[in-house]
Amino acid sequence: MATLTHGLDASILNRSTQPAKLADLHKSIEVSNLNLYYGSKQALKNVNMVLPRHRVSAFIGPSGCGKSTLLRCFNRMNDLVDGVRIEGKIALEGQDIHARSVNVADLRQRVGMVFQKPNHFPKSIYENVAYGLRIQGVSKRRVLDEAVENALRGSALLDEVKERLHENALSLSGGQQQRLVIARAIAIEPEVLLLDEPASALDPLSTLKIEELIYELKSKYTIVIVTHNMQQAARVSDFTAFMYLGELIEFDATATLFTNPKKKQTEDYITGRYG
Amino acid sequence: MDKPSISAHISHQYNAELEDIRSRVLAMGGLVEQQLAHALIALVDSDIAMAERVLATDYQVNAMEVAIDEECTQIIARRQPTASDLRLIMAVIKTITDLERIGDEAERIGRMALQLSKVGTLKKQCMELENMGAQVKKILHDSLDCFARNDPQAALQVARTDLQIDRQYESIMRQLITFMMEDPRSIPRALDVIWSARALERIGDRARNICEYVIYLVKGKDVRHTSLEQIEQETLRS
Repeated sequence: MATLTHGLDASILNRSTQPAKLADLHKSIEVSNLNLYYGSKQALKNVNMVLPRHRVSAFIGPSGCGKSTLLRCFNRMNDLVDGVRIEGKIALEGQDIHARSVNVADLRQRVGMVFQKPNHFPKSIYENVAYGLRIQGVSKRRVLDEAVENALRGSALLDEVKERLHENALSLSGGQQQRLVIARAIAIEPEVLLLDEPASALDPLSTLKIEELIYELKSKYTIVIVTHNMQQAARVSDFTAFMYLGELIEFDATATLFTNPKKKQTEDYITGRYG
Repeated sequence: MDKPSISAHISHQYNAELEDIRSRVLAMGGLVEQQLAHALIALVDSDIAMAERVLATDYQVNAMEVAIDEECTQIIARRQPTASDLRLIMAVIKTITDLERIGDEAERIGRMALQLSKVGTLKKQCMELENMGAQVKKILHDSLDCFARNDPQAALQVARTDLQIDRQYESIMRQLITFMMEDPRSIPRALDVIWSARALERIGDRARNICEYVIYLVKGKDVRHTSLEQIEQETLRS
């Protein structure tokens, strides 16, 4: 390999700055003609999208646009809401998640979720992370120890808590608690991680740690994040979806959507204009 | 997509800041236009006072470049512009660099005018230069107009005109080379004319650059270093 001055590799001259094309990537989640009604109110209108595997996709849009509702569809959290009706299809790795053969508990194991407020359990740090595995019936101490350690390392929390694994999780700061919840989610090795406003209750530095973590995690997981913070979407995501009044207005590479959106509604929203 | 209007932000302060930057770019452009006009008068009429005015204006142009640059940096830091706002800021940062360089070229012509006024000028060649200068002045004006009106079609027209200027430059060069071969004593004066023609040609190129930024700003497509046909295609694409 040729080298340039300052020991730089010559390949730097040809490096593409073009974002990857959606069509070239492996499909993790595929949404087709999705409609969702809360009673008589339609919350999602004919949504079609493909979320690529091992990439970060962000959903942005004003409050009430349906972005959280859409996120919750992916692990069937909306099933828990009274009066919800869903039409259309969502496929995870090609498999319809509403098929009769699908066990919802298994689905949620494959599609983990983290919420806005850290919802740790009133237990020790260790038990919080081990919780999902215990439910799965894992009880061997050695297996649990290793899984907890890996999950805490994966969520970039291990160094901060390794001396006090058996203290109550309440002793952690908000940012640490959120990373603890992420550790709990990845302990059971899901394929997809859904993050619903994961950093909106955190201070700027904790937010950056979560964003850094998202960057690390995407090599192993497909990540979907809902955020009100547009700059956050621009920082962490590879693809961005803009939603408005239940419709998916535009879905494109983040680099394109934030510099040259195709739709006027997207432009107005991300530049802070009157819609 | 419709052209987004600067004045539609929810934040009025942001509207005002972007509007201010645009106005200042146009003001800087006006100053540079004036500088070029004076430089041409100085050159053609051997007007020393005018040439000195050109040199004096350059400080003002440079100061404006620095001030607008600073304003853009502030907006990036405080507002994190996106989409057309971001493209506007990027286009402005590049436009003012080109405007400042156009100012430098005008200054160069002013200096040549001072020199030629001492040694006596080459009448015929100066007329050719005057002709080329008028064209260059026009495309500079048109390029600023494109910027003011966000008009990519007009920008395309400027890019076309720049090709004519390049041809004019070549023709002047050929003439002067012949001239120098016939009479070597004319070389010092002919060189001054060549430098001036060269400066005019560069101003044309920079006016074309400004038009390319306008196309980027409106169409979101970077057309630098592409052919005229490609620019045409991008401009006509809706």
